[in-house]
Amino acid sequence: MSTADRTTDLRNDFPILRRVLPNGRSLIYFDNAATSQKPESVIRAMDDYYRRYNANVHRGVHTLSEEATAAFEAAREKVAKFINAPSPRQIIFTRGATESINLVAYTWGRAHLRPGDEVLITAMEHHANIVPWQIMQEQLGFTLRYAPITDQGLLDLDALPTLLTERTKLFCFVHASNVLGTINPVRDLVAAARSVGARVLIDGAQSVPHMPVDVQALDADFFAFSSHKMCGPTGMGVLYGKRELLEAMPPFMGGGDMIREVTLTGSKWNSVPYKFEAGTPAIAEAIGLGAAVDYLQQVGMDWVHAHEREITRYAYARMAEVEGLRILGPGPEARGGLIAFTLEGVHPHDIAAILDRAGVAVRAGHHCAQPLHDRLGVHASARASFYLYNTPDEVDVLVDALHKAQEIFTL
Amino acid sequence: MSDDLYREAILDYYKHPRRKGHLDAPDFQYHDHNPFCGDEITVELKVQDGVVVDAAFDGHGCAISQATASMLMEEVIGKSLDEIKAIDKEYILDMLGIEIGPVRLKCALLPLKVLKAGAYGLEEWPE
Repeated sequence: MSTADRTTDLRNDFPILRRVLPNGRSLIYFDNAATSQKPESVIRAMDDYYRRYNANVHRGVHTLSEEATAAFEAAREKVAKFINAPSPRQIIFTRGATESINLVAYTWGRAHLRPGDEVLITAMEHHANIVPWQIMQEQLGFTLRYAPITDQGLLDLDALPTLLTERTKLFCFVHASNVLGTINPVRDLVAAARSVGARVLIDGAQSVPHMPVDVQALDADFFAFSSHKMCGPTGMGVLYGKRELLEAMPPFMGGGDMIREVTLTGSKWNSVPYKFEAGTPAIAEAIGLGAAVDYLQQVGMDWVHAHEREITRYAYARMAEVEGLRILGPGPEARGGLIAFTLEGVHPHDIAAILDRAGVAVRAGHHCAQPLHDRLGVHASARASFYLYNTPDEVDVLVDALHKAQEIFTL
Repeated sequence: MSDDLYREAILDYYKHPRRKGHLDAPDFQYHDHNPFCGDEITVELKVQDGVVVDAAFDGHGCAISQATASMLMEEVIGKSLDEIKAIDKEYILDMLGIEIGPVRLKCALLPLKVLKAGAYGLEEWPE
């Protein structure tokens, strides 16, 4: 089956793509980096849980609770296989990539970071991988450093040797940038961190949905991502960690499920991963994420990646034709499936409003990456981000609408 | 090219903003921004005998926020502090003459928010 035929086929799996907007236009959804759409199978899996076996997990001895627990834990196993984690016990369910990073900051960070220590992050991080470290820096007194980027929007590898020192305890970096599209050379970065004995945390929110990821091959100490950007529901995320690190870390929040024994004088923690999952978890959402993983595996992550590269190459070439359009970040070969851009004389909000009239959904703003926009010298940008169901025809509608935006603002 | 949101007057104010820049020794200055979109507006006023005699704005943002700021600066001339406090959402929408959705409404109301946040802190115009 050709790529185009396959896409046509896959589009049928997403009910929302049949949506006609109030102005009569068909939906063209290019805001996948913010959140992806959900296939029928994910919606059905969550619906099925609520209709047939809604119950709390890890507690009841009744049939429904056993079924719910089995489905919940099966989802953990699916996720573990999906990113090639050695064991499902190394998959901690969180509310999203943001909470996953905060979990590391608040537990591992508190246990290991002291005045004189350094945490290195990069100039292309999402606020989710900046702010937790700023908060912890305030409390713990370590030093936060930023690895610079080049004018092309790549991490400046030449600057790393002076930034990574024996003081560096943790190097946190994004796998695929949500603005530049840059895919970072993870193995090189991990090797550089290892050479000074630093741990690494990788923000995989924009990589796991779009390409095959193997956390063992990457040698990640911590790896964070969200469910809702990979066909799964919101309110669900994952933190992967190396076993020995997770075992040694103190708990995150206190409450039910995370304890083994509670007395009036103290408590003993449950084993990993439950130690980090206080309270009743997002059960339907975990089951939904499991269904999303099944769906992506059935499509094939190699196919998803190849399809997005094709769309991105096409969009890059077509958008470059638009006069006054500046694409942020590297060329099409070095990027994932998104293109953030500015258009001379038209503010990103106005671009997004005019595209919306053509049925095209894009994001406008600083995409939770204000320091990066400062570095690039722009206040804001518009961003088109692609997924497995997008087609070149949709890109053509985008480009036509960009021409129209320019016409409106230059006439 | 017709587009409701971007009617000619708004585009004209966006491309050729009136009252954009800074005043010499303003009697009143206030600045704010919208953290979600990054739009920024500074408002400066000069007051004589209890009414605004000069006004200017500075900042950056989308066509709606910038055009609204420019129009609003023209509107406030000759107004008293109480009259400025009485300017409301309807006033702005009438001034713009467009239908506007809830998201872009924030853009249209940012200049008013900046003006009023400053004005509400005042019992009377600063000396």
